[in-house]
Amino acid sequence: MLIPVPDARGHFGPYGGRFVPETLMAPLEELERAYLEARKDPRFQDELRALLRDYAGRPTPLYFARRLSEHLGGARIYFKREDLLHTGAHKINNCLGQILLARRMGKRRIIAETGAGQHGVATATVAALFGMECVVYMGEEDMQRQQLNVFRMRLLGAHVVGVKGGSRTLKDAISEAMRDWVTNVADTYYLLGSALGAHPYPMMVRDFQSVIGEETRRQILEREGRLPDAIFACVGGGSNAIGIFYRFLADTGVRLIGVEAGGRGPELGQHAARFAGGAPGVLHGAYSYLLQDANGQVAPTHSVSAGLDYALVGPEHAWLRDQGRAEYVAITDHEALEAARLLARTEGLIPALESAHAVAEAIRRAPAARGQIFVVNLSGRGDKDIDIYRQHFPELDQDSYQPPL
Amino acid sequence: MTSTGSTSPNSTRTRISRLFERLRARGERALIAYLTAGDPSLERTVSLVEALERGGADLIELGVPFSDPIADGPVIQRACQRALQAGTSLARVFDVARRIRQRSEIPLLLFSYLNPVLRYGFEAAARDAVAAGVDGFLLTDLSVEEASAYTPILRSAGLDTVFLAAPTSTDARLRLVAQHCTGFVYLVSRTGVTGERDALSGQLEPLVQRLRRVTTLPLAVGFGIARPDQAAAAARLADGVVVGSAFVRLIEESEGCPDLERRLEEFARQLKQAMAG
Repeated sequence: MLIPVPDARGHFGPYGGRFVPETLMAPLEELERAYLEARKDPRFQDELRALLRDYAGRPTPLYFARRLSEHLGGARIYFKREDLLHTGAHKINNCLGQILLARRMGKRRIIAETGAGQHGVATATVAALFGMECVVYMGEEDMQRQQLNVFRMRLLGAHVVGVKGGSRTLKDAISEAMRDWVTNVADTYYLLGSALGAHPYPMMVRDFQSVIGEETRRQILEREGRLPDAIFACVGGGSNAIGIFYRFLADTGVRLIGVEAGGRGPELGQHAARFAGGAPGVLHGAYSYLLQDANGQVAPTHSVSAGLDYALVGPEHAWLRDQGRAEYVAITDHEALEAARLLARTEGLIPALESAHAVAEAIRRAPAARGQIFVVNLSGRGDKDIDIYRQHFPELDQDSYQPPL
Repeated sequence: MTSTGSTSPNSTRTRISRLFERLRARGERALIAYLTAGDPSLERTVSLVEALERGGADLIELGVPFSDPIADGPVIQRACQRALQAGTSLARVFDVARRIRQRSEIPLLLFSYLNPVLRYGFEAAARDAVAAGVDGFLLTDLSVEEASAYTPILRSAGLDTVFLAAPTSTDARLRLVAQHCTGFVYLVSRTGVTGERDALSGQLEPLVQRLRRVTTLPLAVGFGIARPDQAAAAARLADGVVVGSAFVRLIEESEGCPDLERRLEEFARQLKQAMAG
């Protein structure tokens, strides 16, 4: 029997908690109080539900991938179509919840971090919708790689601030957002984008994303009359994964499979597979599995997918793994890219590179799973990644086809 | 229960509490100087600490660099990167402390983040810190709520545990912070990260008053204090003043030139004199 988590201090078993400088402790307590009140306020929930429906596009379909399933000759594969949401990924679910909370708390200024730009764009979108000032921190390296998303955020009225420190990627963007928050805490709301950070963020982000699993459970029962055998989701911080897993935690017959970024290979620095190469540690406010060196310095990470390229896994995933309730595997850059190509050609779906990792693991297991039902969380669409796909499939820039005339 | 830290048998034996008792008897304030160990090199850190002591620093905060220092502004962030590139680790900072301790009795407080110590192991860190002559730890991202697993290990080894108090802390939190501190309480003078500022924060005085009501421990003020006039103003409120980024910036600007020791010593002297005025 699973114990409900987190406890009153934000612990998922030994993981999670609140590891931040004292200046942020009282603001986190205030945030927790405000969230717990909002959570049981029917007006808050009604407003959020209406926005998710009318603005974001919920419920998202659960789509049976007939051609891909037939091609693999095993499991029946369904996709939860979070890629169809406004702004192109599941991130909007959390952003709408938190912006309502920010308004309720009387905050006027929104800050956020972003890696590839998906959470930054979703935050800039909801800030525009609510008429709030928005500042997005982004590593300079990522800004270079994702110029179109930088422009999208600015078109939406947000300020995008380049971060020069450290590896100039997502990890440094989070550090800089935390520094901004610690400095401007009186009027600023930090809209964190994944199930990471200090309590109450991992719990709150999970709650806002759990709508994915709520819908999925209802939809699969309608379609198949039974629960799926396995659910696949990619895990960076882990918000789309915990979002689809959460409603199924008590359904112990449903295997929950989280897919981390295996990058270029198992050497430290070449991947972001925290459960394969990490050890428990503290980063950005939470205790969880962390990629680190022998001296406790946070290790560099690599993934073709910027959204999975982060050194710490969300604390609830660490707990689910320890409990044996969820299992975690790694998929390499190459496997994810090939999975995306197969999905594009069998189903006409170009997934986000993050989601392609979950697709790849389902593809790997499907042939040996005849009679089983798989659900894959297609957490985002691939429009943002077209440049990266193009770099990796240079052969597609040429076409020797001669039309039969 | 409010704090009784200053009267616990443990704290009266530490170099840090003896320092504050001695200064209090003389009506002096402590000048606390922060350096990132290993910036520009571990070798050099030993002579920089000696220079600061000659200039009048009473206590040294030895920064153990961390890859992701969320409480630090750009000056100390860059120092951390330089120190890590120079191969600095907690084990090597203990070596530096041991070398400083061979010639000096100046109290040494390690200032860092939780993860490097967690990775080293708290039992081992406590044992090796004591053997090296280190006097205590301040881990900026270790909140008092999470500290109970770790502070007893440090305390029973005879080390002081210093925690931050902030302008945002509620009175209930200040009591909790004071209960967890031995040696002194470190007051964050303003909401924000470490770094030099133009003016001393108006948030400081009310914070000092609120803390005095819940503890008899010495109070030291840091974050944003860079100039002698600011140090003097802070010294009128508190028992100690921490200057960090201003020293680290001197180190950065000198790029290891030979008169760096003399410049640090001179700057420490100006600060200490201003605090006495």
